[in-house]
This record gives sequence, C-alpha cells and structure tokens, in this order.
Amino acid sequence: MDTFLFIVCAIVAVGCAVNLVLQKHPISSALSLIGVMGSLAVLYLLLGAEFIAMAQMIVYGGAVMVLFIFVIMLLNAGTEKTSAKSWFAQIAGFPLLSAFVALLAFLIKVVLPPLHPVEFGSWVGGTAEAIGMLLFTKYLLPFEVTSVLILIAIVGAVVLAQKEID
Amino acid sequence: MNFFIVSLIKIAIVFAVFMTTLAYLQWVERKVLAHIQSRTGPLRVGPHGLLQPLADVFKLLTKEDLLPPYVNRFFYLLAPFLAVSLALVSISIIPFGPEVNFFGTRTFMQISDVRVGILFVLALSAVSVYGIALAGWSSNNKYSLLGGLRSSAQMISYELPLTLAVVSPLLLANHLSFREIATSQAGYYLGFIPRWNIFQMPFPQIFGFIIFMIAGFAETNRLPFDLPEAENELVAGFHTEYSSMKFACFFMAEYANMVTITCVATLLFLGGWHPLFPAPYSNWVPSAIALLAAIVFLLQLRDPARKRDRFTFPVFALAALVAAALFAIPFLQTYLVPLFWFCAKAGLLLFTYIWVRGTLPRFRYDQLMHFAWTFLFPCALLNLLATAFCVAVF
Repeated sequence: MDTFLFIVCAIVAVGCAVNLVLQKHPISSALSLIGVMGSLAVLYLLLGAEFIAMAQMIVYGGAVMVLFIFVIMLLNAGTEKTSAKSWFAQIAGFPLLSAFVALLAFLIKVVLPPLHPVEFGSWVGGTAEAIGMLLFTKYLLPFEVTSVLILIAIVGAVVLAQKEID
Repeated sequence: MNFFIVSLIKIAIVFAVFMTTLAYLQWVERKVLAHIQSRTGPLRVGPHGLLQPLADVFKLLTKEDLLPPYVNRFFYLLAPFLAVSLALVSISIIPFGPEVNFFGTRTFMQISDVRVGILFVLALSAVSVYGIALAGWSSNNKYSLLGGLRSSAQMISYELPLTLAVVSPLLLANHLSFREIATSQAGYYLGFIPRWNIFQMPFPQIFGFIIFMIAGFAETNRLPFDLPEAENELVAGFHTEYSSMKFACFFMAEYANMVTITCVATLLFLGGWHPLFPAPYSNWVPSAIALLAAIVFLLQLRDPARKRDRFTFPVFALAALVAAALFAIPFLQTYLVPLFWFCAKAGLLLFTYIWVRGTLPRFRYDQLMHFAWTFLFPCALLNLLATAFCVAVF
C-alpha cells in the first residue's frame, strides 16, 4: 500500500513538474506547481513527517501559491509566446542533460556512503512534539535567526510598498 | 477486518447525515431569515415547506447546464468540483462523541483521528480558496474575476487571525488532535462550571472564540463579509456564469464549510460533546427539551394559525414525544446524549450564522481589509500572548 502510494505520488509530482515547464499559460503552470506541492506533502506523510506535510500544504500549497495565482489574475497575464529556440539548445540540450543526470547518478553511487532503502513507517521523529522539541533546544539559534530574517524582509516590503509622503 | 466494516458503517452514517444537514440547513436558513424579516418563508412544498430542499435538488438537477463559449473550459469545470470536494473532506476527522461500545467493538464516534487534525483542517481551508479563485478567473467575466480576486485576498487576510485564535486552545490542550482537545475539556470547576476552553479558569478563551467566529464568517464568505458575491456590485460574484449543478456545488461547498467551521469551534472552545451540566442532570436535558417541544405543539393546536396546522402539529408533537422517550432510555443515552450536546452547540453556532446574516449589513471592501489587519489581527495576537503567559505561569 505504501509503495503503491509512493509510486502514484512520485509519478504525479514528476508529471506536474514537467507540465509546469511545458504549459504556456501562467495559471496552468501555477496549478501544476500546486500539484507538485500536494504530492510532495503526501510523500512527506508517507515518510512519517506529518507536521512537515501539513505545513507544506498550509504554507506552500495555500498561502504562497494563492499569492502567485492572485498576482497572475490581477495582472490578467495571457498565454506566453514560446521564444525562438537557440540552435545551441536544440543541438546540445538533450546530450548535455543526459550527461548531467549520469554524472549525478555516478556521484551518488560512488562518492556518498552506501544508502539504505527507506522503510515506510519506521521513523517516528516527525510528530509536532518532536519537531517543537528540536526547534526550541538544538536548533534554537537558526530558528531565531530565521525569524529575524523574515522580520527584516517584512520591514523591507513595507518600506518598498510605502507611498511617497510629502 | 472488523475495523474496515466499522469504518464503512461510520462513513455511511456520517455521509448520509451530513448531506441531509446540508440540504436542510438551507431550509432552516430561509425559514429563519423569513421570520427575522416578518415573512413566512417556504410554505407550499410539504408541511411548512419541509420538502423544499428536495424540490430544489430536482430543480437544480433538471435545469439546463449552460457552458458559455468564452470560458476557459478546463478550469471552468474544475473549479466547482474542487470547491465541493475540498469542503466535504474535513467532516471526516471531526469527533462527534466519546468512545462507545458498538455491539462488542469499542470505537470512537469519528471516522478517523488524525494526530495533526487541526492542521489538516487549516490546510484544507487554505487550499479551498482555489475553487473560488479559479471560478472567478476562468469565467472570463469582469464581475467573476473581481469576485475571485476579492475572495482570495479576503481569505488570505482572515486566515491569520483565525490561525492565531486556534493556537490558544492548542496551548491549553497541548495536543493537535481533535479527540485529545475535546477530551482535555472534560470535568467541572467547583462541580458545576464546565471546563470548556471558553470558561478556562485563569484566562477564559472568550476573546479567542469571538475572533475565531468573526474570522470564520470571512473564511466561509458569509454576510457581513460576503464581498466575493456582493450582488449589488458584482451581480453574483465568482459564480455569475455558473448554472444548475455547477452552481449547486458552490452552494453546497459554502454550507459544508459553515458546518465544518462550527464543528471546529465547538471542539476547540465549547468542549465538544461534553455537557453543560454534570452527567446526572445533563442526561435528562434532551428528554426535557423534547417534552417541552411536544407541549408547545399541543398548546399551539388549540388556536392554529393555519388550517393545515391541525394535521401537522399533532404529528410534530408525536415525533417530539418519541424523541423524548428515546433519550430517556438509559441504554441509548450513552450514544445519544453526547451527540445531542455536540449537535446542540454546533446548531446554536449555525443559527448565529443565519441570525447575523439577517441582522448585519455588508462591509465595504476597504473596511473589511482594514478591520482584519488593524483590529482583528492585533487582538488575536494579544489574546495568544495572554494565553501563553497564563499557560506558562499557572
């Protein structure tokens, strides 16, 4: 059952990702991205990371992508025109991509220590309690630094969006 | 195997009751609104218009299904499906009662318990905006587009106070699953004040509850925040171009969201299925209420307002008497009394939704945004800080 779900969600995730690049309309691309986020959330859930899965859906699937769609709708962006393909990409694109993937596979196989296949349901560190414990003890400093970073980003956004006052 | 059979039975029961509730909620809304405005509401189809929902379903099913030529076909058809399917999912993790013995099998009155239940509901509500936004965009109509845009902006804005209001009961319960949150509110202070979060002792969650309800009104696009479908500015907003069953899908999604948000408010703030009075008294409350209803029906019979009431009121009185008898049987009480308290609380909140719709005028759009960001959000933040302080100190 777990393996079956994994295969389905992996296919959906990759399919949506490919569709995201191939689609010409921004809304279709944005919806494909939501499909990627959703299937990733299911994959996290399969691995036992229930909190991360829900956070993925709330933050990325919900808030971030709603903003994307909102902007696309507000600008009423139409279908994009495909740019004239460069001769270099047409000739060397596929061989270079294959070489890159092969290199990556080689590095994973040779350089990294031997990896064990994942067993679904064996890891239990993904509950909200466990993550909260880690965030507020071991990773407290990175957590606080990130929150300060976000605060700076918010202040920056307010300053940029502020109307000129005489 | 037993688990699958019990789950299937529970799913069937919840689905049937939920669908009937959605259909009759609309009848209740029309009736209550009518009486608020000194009208009578649906009256022709069946006694007191009780068969009106059935007639509406037939009307919507048999209506011509228009597909305007200028819409973006795929997204136009996807949007109502998305809206209704996302709205119907969240009922599956709502617990309606405690663990009961069901013919030898111990089971909870809940389809399934998710350890991160409240996050699941928040995730669904975050995603459910796509149905409305896509409907507005794909209709290729400026009113629909404006409705969709308003809806997405409004839902993003009100999700913040909603989530902040949800966090305080979570701090008190120290758990994310609905079942645990509800069971943590069992018991009484001094033997008679229920330990619901709304009466929580050092710092009652009454502000959190009010903030949650206000944000809930906005999340479900109900008056006074129904800007996405404001009929005097936007014709019908995001569903202007939709007809027959596709329109009914949006309608159903709105009511399903209403039911979900009232159930969540009941579980988080009003103690779920835990009764208002200690068990020896509260077990007889449903019987007493049903008996009272029967007496009222019989008294009304002496001076009926309409001719048909002479036939309908005895039937209603009989039904109320049967309900009173059922609630009085000790064997059934263990099943029915928690359900009664849960439904009573959720029903009261649903009635408040309709009451507010009949009472308050609609906000202007800038007022809506101003209210969310400059009043509701700071209030929710203060409430959270006070709760966190109390939890840390006491």
